[in-house]
Amino acid sequence: MSFLRFENVTKRFGSFTAVDQISLEIGKSEVFSLLGPSGCGKTTLLRMAAGFEKPDSGRIYLDGIDITDLPPERRKVNTVFQNYALFPHLSIKENIAFGLKIAKMPRPVIDREVDRMLDLIDLSTHADKKISEISGGQKQRVAIARALINNPLVLLLDEPLAALDLKLRQRLLVELDAIHDEVGITFLYVTHDQGEAISISDQIAVMNHGRVEQIGKPAEIYETPRNSFVAAFIGDTNFLEGRVLAGNHDQFSSAEIEGMGVIFVENDKPLQANDRIHVSLRPEKIGVSRSEPIPCENQNTRAGTVEDVIYYGSHTRYWVRCGSYKLCAEQQHRDFMLDETSPTWGDQVWIHWHAKDGYLLEQYREEDENLLTLPDDELTTQEAS
Amino acid sequence: MNKPELRATLPSFLWLLGLVLLPTLLVFVIAIKPATSSGGIGDGWSLDALRALRDPHFPAIIWRTLWISLVTTVACLGIAIPVAWTMARATPPTKNRLLLLIVVPFWTNFLIRVFAWKQILHSEGALANLLRKLHLLEANDMLLYQPSAVILVSIYTFLPFAILPIYAAAEKFDFTLLDAARDLGATAFRSVTQVFIPGIRRGLITAWIVVFIPMLGSYIIPDLVGGAASEMIGNKIAQRNFSDRNLPRAAVLSAALTLVVLIPFALRRRPTEKTESMP
Repeated sequence: MSFLRFENVTKRFGSFTAVDQISLEIGKSEVFSLLGPSGCGKTTLLRMAAGFEKPDSGRIYLDGIDITDLPPERRKVNTVFQNYALFPHLSIKENIAFGLKIAKMPRPVIDREVDRMLDLIDLSTHADKKISEISGGQKQRVAIARALINNPLVLLLDEPLAALDLKLRQRLLVELDAIHDEVGITFLYVTHDQGEAISISDQIAVMNHGRVEQIGKPAEIYETPRNSFVAAFIGDTNFLEGRVLAGNHDQFSSAEIEGMGVIFVENDKPLQANDRIHVSLRPEKIGVSRSEPIPCENQNTRAGTVEDVIYYGSHTRYWVRCGSYKLCAEQQHRDFMLDETSPTWGDQVWIHWHAKDGYLLEQYREEDENLLTLPDDELTTQEAS
Repeated sequence: MNKPELRATLPSFLWLLGLVLLPTLLVFVIAIKPATSSGGIGDGWSLDALRALRDPHFPAIIWRTLWISLVTTVACLGIAIPVAWTMARATPPTKNRLLLLIVVPFWTNFLIRVFAWKQILHSEGALANLLRKLHLLEANDMLLYQPSAVILVSIYTFLPFAILPIYAAAEKFDFTLLDAARDLGATAFRSVTQVFIPGIRRGLITAWIVVFIPMLGSYIIPDLVGGAASEMIGNKIAQRNFSDRNLPRAAVLSAALTLVVLIPFALRRRPTEKTESMP
């Protein structure tokens, strides 16, 4: 059952349509992420849920009640702002107590609740400090406590970790997850960071240009992207474009990829001969080896030349020239390749992937190729010469 | 204080010593000197000027000075806050244009602007005639020469001085804090009183000081647009100086005014020092 529901919501700023006919259903106690690049409308959608913006058309329902026309102070939702928006003239304690004070709760209740929140965010010893005296991570926790103390039906989080450095972000993400488990409140989480969204969410709505591209569980979004935008925005991928030769096998078909030859693809959807297809192939699904792999059924094997190598520590990325394609492949280092020296620039290698590891996209847009990490061709040829 | 710091602050310290502190002390000293009939200061010491403070007219004039200053300051702040808010939220080009509009009156001499007000408020002027036609002004009533005229012209004069510091503070104010307040259940009005006003506190204090203190010593405005019933301490000081030629009596009034201003400051400083010294 949906708890927070957007129904055909549209919001324009001048001639710019920030949110275009979006309908979403968010379940109770879910962590629901709005994920997309900047300007995709995710923050506008959140601000409409909070009441800071009014939709031009469409309705928003919370727990069955139409809240579209309610001002922010009368909605049972609270927001954690991107820049924290803590009150600089108040102490940590007073910041957390703000909502209850406005609600004119009796003093002992406020004190008790504030203490409980300080305990939850582990900042009891800093209660009387000024906002300017605490670190970014602590500010973020105060912002969360200040919102949660009001017992909102939905907690709205607007890029809550964007201003923090990587390590802190990872730690706070785990903390946020723990807080969600403890309070069980519905989270609407806005982020442009796919890693954050994938690790914290029950459901993700991937947004682009004011529209929802796909809604699903993190694994669905990652493993079965509906279109080229979702495939390229979340993680990295390779796009192969071709034509089905024969759709006669029950699970696999063969397809002609221009500039690469015939490959096997899994029939993720019904295929017929001559259908145009676009395959998304994640880098980590492609194996790279110096020696020719032992052939097995429905495996695609190609010879190629390494044009680029980037060492990431936990893994290495290779860009392998293969016909007219330059495929990105990723290899983890298990025994740090004791059995063979790792491929390097200009090496002849074999790449291979199973037909199941490619995914057929429903929809393909050329512009989404710009989202892929692809080293510039000209630069690499200059380096090689 | 180390040596380079001392050297750097020395010029401003000497400036303040020579042009603020010494003249102020001089005023206090003259206040307890006898006056000579030729308008000079006599030898020895005398409490004559101090005794003159017992003049039964003074409490009324002091009271009037205080309330006229207070009303003017509160009105200036009341107008300046929404103006500063609007300016701070405007787009940069509009911001600059509004800022120019506020500074533009300074291009005309202050006295000329006060005389212009005399024209506007004159009993045969267009404004008075219009008000009479609308029966908002009785036939014999005047706009000029009463406390309301002093307050009106004072507000006009001091408003830019109130707007500028408040605008400077509002400009630095993070307006998403108002969203946060609304989000936490505050109405639009409460979010202003609980978050915006404390947020621009420094600007408000500065505005208060730059309006209220000069108002206490106001002289030209009550002299030109106020009548006998709107005299302020400033006018009395001038009278002692120019008409009575009694410098000690003028000095006593000045000293009293200075003390009225300084005492609250001295009281204010102590608690802030305490919080600063806290660990």
